Amino acid sequence: MREMRPIMGMPIEIEIVGENVEETLNAAFSYLVSVDERFSTYKEGSEISRVNRGEVVDGTISTEMREVFALAEKTKKETHGYFDIRRPDGLIDPSGIVKGWAIHNTAGLIRRAGYENFFVNAGGDIAMSGKNAGKEWSVGIWNPFNTKEIVKVVYPQGKGVATSGSYMRGAHIYNPLAPKENLTDVVSITVIGPDVLEADRFATAAFAMGRSGIVFIENLPGFEGYMIDKSGVATFTSGFSAYTKP
Amino acid sequence: MKRLSVAIIFIGLSAFYIFSRTSSAAPSTAPSTQVGATANNGITILPSPSAGTPPTPTPTPTAPKAASKPAPAPAPAKTGYKDGVYTGSVADAYYGLVQVQATIKNGLITNVAFLSYPNDRSTSVYINSQAMPMLTQEAIQAQSANVDIISGASATSGAFQQSLASALALAKY
Repeated sequence: MREMRPIMGMPIEIEIVGENVEETLNAAFSYLVSVDERFSTYKEGSEISRVNRGEVVDGTISTEMREVFALAEKTKKETHGYFDIRRPDGLIDPSGIVKGWAIHNTAGLIRRAGYENFFVNAGGDIAMSGKNAGKEWSVGIWNPFNTKEIVKVVYPQGKGVATSGSYMRGAHIYNPLAPKENLTDVVSITVIGPDVLEADRFATAAFAMGRSGIVFIENLPGFEGYMIDKSGVATFTSGFSAYTKP
Repeated sequence: MKRLSVAIIFIGLSAFYIFSRTSSAAPSTAPSTQVGATANNGITILPSPSAGTPPTPTPTPTAPKAASKPAPAPAPAKTGYKDGVYTGSVADAYYGLVQVQATIKNGLITNVAFLSYPNDRSTSVYINSQAMPMLTQEAIQAQSANVDIISGASATSGAFQQSLASALALAKY
């Protein structure tokens, strides 16, 4: 059974293969709603908004918030500063890491409920498990210039997938090392990694690196990437082709 | 400031490599700075360490960051590209600055050549020969396959958000 609900400002789609999955689907969506309540910078009453207003004293920060901050710090180090949840205006916006983290946790929730074959897709970042009626789950990478088309089909075999890009909304990711530079050359980069959290945090950082991002992914063990530039040329890593066959 | 950032990134990456690379094979001798072109399927960019390496690191070369604009902008994807020779912008790869020139004939990429390539630092060449990836390029093409799931840029969620926000704005009193 497949269901889509808008949460965290994006369409979230979950499919669980099996009987009587409604309860687990509801639990999964409820979890994502709770994450949104806590981490949305658009919600005045969220914990992150209160943190940004200086209303949360250190000792009362939730375990979830601590976990996300720790992950963000780790990612910042691993990406040589290219991933940073601190915006140029000094406020903290953890959305770049919360999404992957939340999808990853949702997948864990579904697995613990006893399901093996499912996927969770939140705005193009995907966690998957098992198969779909005996076949590998297939993922289409959108054509950044025409989202009615896909330009590549991959079979991630249970790995995580995340795409980071600038199209349709202008560059929403900036280079923390040069915040005023436009990231216009690379249009999107899709990363396949050990799980969706890993894929997401490195896709975000790789996109911020511009053309060097795909080199960064190539040199990252366990990760593959497919980068599309503004002239419609894709550059992909040496192990990427292994995922293009079912 | 930018120079400093580049230097910091470079130092960071050098350290990253020193720690992450356990093998210490001698630098290989990859053939040329050219790229082998194969019709439709894609091109493989080969590593290309150049000769004449000074023994000590020198400052970042003062290559201009500006890209020379192609006369006609290449048309995106769907129907291929306009013929011509296009010079890419100078890209800051960790190991130095890289700039490529692509040649398009009959709508297909027939050649990609490196115009500038890091060869002024011993570490650069070491990194190139050790780790310059075997990246492959291809022109994106629409696929007809049916798929279970779609992955697009997270920005698509922004479009969704925008649309939702504008719809909600209309719904407001």
